[in-house]
Amino acid sequence: MIQIQTKTSGKEYWRSLDELAGTPKFQEWVRDEFPSTAGEMLSGTSRRNVLKLMAASFGLAGLTACRRPVEHILPNVRGVEGYIPGKPWFYATAMSQAGSGMGLLVEVHDGRPTKIEGNPDHPFSLGATNSFHQASVLSLYDPDRMRNPVNEERQAKWEDFNNWIKQAFDRARFGGGNGWRILSERVTSPSLAALRTHVASTLPNVRWVEWDGLAADSSALGTNIQPLYNFEKADVVLSLDSDFLHQDAGGTVLPMKQYGRRRRIGVDDHDGEMNRLYVIEGRFSLTGSAADHRLRMRPSEIGSFAADLAGRLGSGGNQLQVVGEGSGTDLRARWLSALVKDLAAHRGRSLVIAGPRQPAAVHALAHQINQALGNVGATVTYVQLPAGDNRPQLEVLRELVRDMSSGAVSHLLVLGGNPAFTAPADFNFEANLRKVSNSLYLGQEYDETAAACRWAVPEAHYLESWGDVAAPDGTVTIQQPMIQPLYGGRTAAEIVALISGYKDQQSYQIVRNLWEQRLGGEKGWRKALHDGIVPNTAWPTVNPALNTAGAAQPQQGASSGIELQFVPSSSVYDGRFANNGWLQELPDPMTKLTWDNAALLSPATAKQLGVAVADVITIERGGRRIEAPVMIQPGQADNLVVIAVGYGRRVCGNVGRGVGVNAYLLRTSDAMTVARDIRISKAGGRYNLAFTEEHHIIGDLGAPEVQKRARGLVRELPIEEYREDPKAVAEMTEKIELFQLYETPADYSRGNQWGMAIDLNVCTGCNACVVACQAENNVPIVGKEQVARGREMHWLRLDRYYKGDAENPTSISEPILCMHCETAPCENVCPVAATVHSPEGLNDMAYNRCVGTRYCSNNCPYKVRRFNFLNWHKDVAKVTEMVFQPDVTVRMRGVMEKCTYCVQRIQDKKIELKSAERRLWITDADHLQTACQQACPSEAIVFGNINDPDSMVAKLKQLPRNYGLLEELNTRPRTTYLACLRNPNPELEGRHG
Amino acid sequence: MPRPVFPKSIDKYVRIGLALLGAGALAGAGAYTYFAHPNFTETGYTPTQPVRYSHKLHAGQLGIDCLYCHYTVNKAGYAAIPTTEVCMNCHAQVKPQSGLLQLVRDSYAKGNSIPWVKVHRLPDFVYFNHQAHVTNGVSCVSCHGRVDQMIEVKQVEPLNMAWCLDCHRNPAPRLRPVEHVTNLAWIPDRDPAAIGHEIIRAKNINPPQNCSGCHR
Repeated sequence: MIQIQTKTSGKEYWRSLDELAGTPKFQEWVRDEFPSTAGEMLSGTSRRNVLKLMAASFGLAGLTACRRPVEHILPNVRGVEGYIPGKPWFYATAMSQAGSGMGLLVEVHDGRPTKIEGNPDHPFSLGATNSFHQASVLSLYDPDRMRNPVNEERQAKWEDFNNWIKQAFDRARFGGGNGWRILSERVTSPSLAALRTHVASTLPNVRWVEWDGLAADSSALGTNIQPLYNFEKADVVLSLDSDFLHQDAGGTVLPMKQYGRRRRIGVDDHDGEMNRLYVIEGRFSLTGSAADHRLRMRPSEIGSFAADLAGRLGSGGNQLQVVGEGSGTDLRARWLSALVKDLAAHRGRSLVIAGPRQPAAVHALAHQINQALGNVGATVTYVQLPAGDNRPQLEVLRELVRDMSSGAVSHLLVLGGNPAFTAPADFNFEANLRKVSNSLYLGQEYDETAAACRWAVPEAHYLESWGDVAAPDGTVTIQQPMIQPLYGGRTAAEIVALISGYKDQQSYQIVRNLWEQRLGGEKGWRKALHDGIVPNTAWPTVNPALNTAGAAQPQQGASSGIELQFVPSSSVYDGRFANNGWLQELPDPMTKLTWDNAALLSPATAKQLGVAVADVITIERGGRRIEAPVMIQPGQADNLVVIAVGYGRRVCGNVGRGVGVNAYLLRTSDAMTVARDIRISKAGGRYNLAFTEEHHIIGDLGAPEVQKRARGLVRELPIEEYREDPKAVAEMTEKIELFQLYETPADYSRGNQWGMAIDLNVCTGCNACVVACQAENNVPIVGKEQVARGREMHWLRLDRYYKGDAENPTSISEPILCMHCETAPCENVCPVAATVHSPEGLNDMAYNRCVGTRYCSNNCPYKVRRFNFLNWHKDVAKVTEMVFQPDVTVRMRGVMEKCTYCVQRIQDKKIELKSAERRLWITDADHLQTACQQACPSEAIVFGNINDPDSMVAKLKQLPRNYGLLEELNTRPRTTYLACLRNPNPELEGRHG
Repeated sequence: MPRPVFPKSIDKYVRIGLALLGAGALAGAGAYTYFAHPNFTETGYTPTQPVRYSHKLHAGQLGIDCLYCHYTVNKAGYAAIPTTEVCMNCHAQVKPQSGLLQLVRDSYAKGNSIPWVKVHRLPDFVYFNHQAHVTNGVSCVSCHGRVDQMIEVKQVEPLNMAWCLDCHRNPAPRLRPVEHVTNLAWIPDRDPAAIGHEIIRAKNINPPQNCSGCHR
């Protein structure tokens, strides 16, 4: 077990508990950049193997090199209007996640979608995306998708399925659909809603059930009212266990956009308007990481805090009155009194938001406080959803399960969502589903639900289908296919249309006829399709009556034992992305864990239980038990276990099967978010976890310089301090006089010069950039074993630093990519000149020259170079090869690679402008963006021409809080950072609260 | 003095042997530089195409402009091979019964692409862009030769990196006014370098010589 000796190591910033404690394991990581290979080649057997392999490969080379391979060019038979081979097309469409749609633009290369971007015109994207949107294109080419209908676990033909469904769902035989049920995720698609209305009229006995595995308990407002928050208008934000900057952003990126705009200090006219964010939570989320003040508190205690807050702010109607004086000096009391004052001082400009893992009572309290503060209509508005079932999803599902169990359900149509995996464990959903004689599952992969249904048929991916989805405010986007269904999949609308005898049977007709009628003809339809938004479709705003019955209920006091909170996974969400390698390998933003979930414990709780990282524990709850490895999460509330759901998929494709632990097994209908009555014991044994928090570490342990340098890597300071002395940021490292060693230094004063500025005050650490880079640049997946060896290939990584003591630190994320140093240390040591500088300031990497000495990586102070130890692309399925971006080389084994500033985009833009306008000079108006910049939900990453004084990047680099990493090494990095500012409340001294 | 192991006469053979070895190594190196050079391995590649299409007839004798068929060459990186529809634009009327065109008609009727064999092939890590060259006054003939005199298309240039760089380092003599880019028989009326320099000034031409100009 790690002994935490905060005092002895005296580190201010640290990346892992091992680093904080200075364990030998950590020192070993730092000593060897590629630890697992050091020494490997020295052993006799291994050298012999190498010689054997070399002999074999020379032999093969001799055989194959003599013949030039014959390549064919297969042009289209008939021309397609406007189509130019090799030029990508962009189509507007939308992806639906958690029941809300987000508008996207999809890049299509010669008929195959390769890259997802946000639609700048869509109100909930504004051009950005999250990691799930970015990775969804890989799911399209998943070789493990269902390819044929499956009947009772045997492959079947489409015609057999068509015959079966015609007979089984014969409307004439079953009067009005008696005993029929339809189970779907929350329906926000207008066309599916129209079909639902049609079903209600033609088959009046059919019941339609909605179920989302991770839906919030929304009974405080009623299911059909949805709150919309405006973080841009809020000066003071209080989050009650809401991770609105990451996982609770509702499948969109608007909260990050709005939050970012209030933190972009010093640019445009935003100066002096920085908001203040308070977060009260049990786990350590990214929102907590961004907070100015964070109070760790177990989820079950948050309710009573909210009740006290509401009481102090005067719960009576809309009249604000601060009730009573603050009493007590403990942390909670100080927080209460500080919050009361701060919120009351920002009437109409504050916002209290409760997270989806809090009970309805806390939501009711949050709405009540917002009402009392006059925030309704200003920072929070409510929209009325179209009519649907107004009861909580859980109750409706419970009824369905009861009917399935009693045999009252003869026909069940399950439209995606994998409910057999996500339903509460006490519902025995899977066993009851098997009792239904005519069950049909429509899903993209063969999953737990598919295996329990009589028939399973492939569903078309959203990039393959016609459809429509509504954003959280109701704005509709029409989905259009980018590619023919790869495996002939159908859409939910088509199956419902088939069984209900709707007038249109194909998705295209269903969607087109509906919208042509509503938009008045073809012209409106074409425009809506092109723009990616249907005008005037937002839902009406309402002023709902609060269901305060829940709020009035006494809050359950905190239990003395340990409690367990279920959270969505930052990688696989509710389990639906389990077979997506990009997401599985994406390090969790806080724990940096890949390819697994783990039971997160605070350091004190772990000590109390006598467990260390990677020890396996048994979590028991009412006869249900799971075994999970332990991760220690600094800053988490004590006596709390946090575990991500969605892992441990039993029936899944090859990537996700059996990865991690299924936490749903402990989740029952009485404890959907927090379980209290758990018992924890050591299971014995250890488990191999692959986490990256210590990989590619910057700095050299033991050197006395380290502390000075570490201070300079991430710089943060209170905004007041910054206002008083803007030079404070620059002075955070020792000033060293730098000399020019070159007699004729390169001239970077003319032409386009590329540079990047990353605003740490805006960056939330959400990972969208990491996946965007992976998608744009054909970055390979390496697998868990190789990640554990430190061989992950991400060109862009997020270094997460903790600051302060291990029990209650603050945290900050810093995106690290190639700095494109003007005097790059990597270039000097390359024996074959495979990495050299371009006249535009790019550190070019020529893969075909690289011989793989790895000297460059050894000499890179930022540790941004990645080596292809193996041919990662060797086993990529044929269909998955379609995801490759044709403008970027697919790298081979044995070469070094790294961030190129998306040089393919730069070159394309240059050729475009040069051919059309004879212009070489590129400005911000030309919309040249790197993939990470384009994806960034908070606009933290800014790239551009630094020689253009009007470019945003040049302006940012002029700010006094701009600094370069390890500038004292005289590397002259082109990527620089803007120091993170905090806006603490003077009343709450210190950020630790 | 002990008797030497080898007789003195062996020296002669050693010298001859060494000389032979040296000559052999030189010859080997020379042969390698010659036979393994793209000038030998790449130029002259003339695959048999599935349709016996003659550029000499179409582009040379009939004078059809390159852009009629390869219409994306000034709009995109790739110079697209024409669709079957382009062939049929004329051949629906011209020689509609010819046996040589059976594959073309089949392709058009059945919707199967004609499997043309690629002649000019660059490695996958090279990103050549036709648009950037053609719109700046580099003629088709510079890389593809006198296609209008070829019955079967043949690769005439080595297309290796040194050959590319020859021009990128000194583009002036190879440039011509854009309107003459597809005129393969064009002969400059004065010093080509002078014309080239004018074009370079007018069009702001600055061919990249750094790695990422072509490798991404």
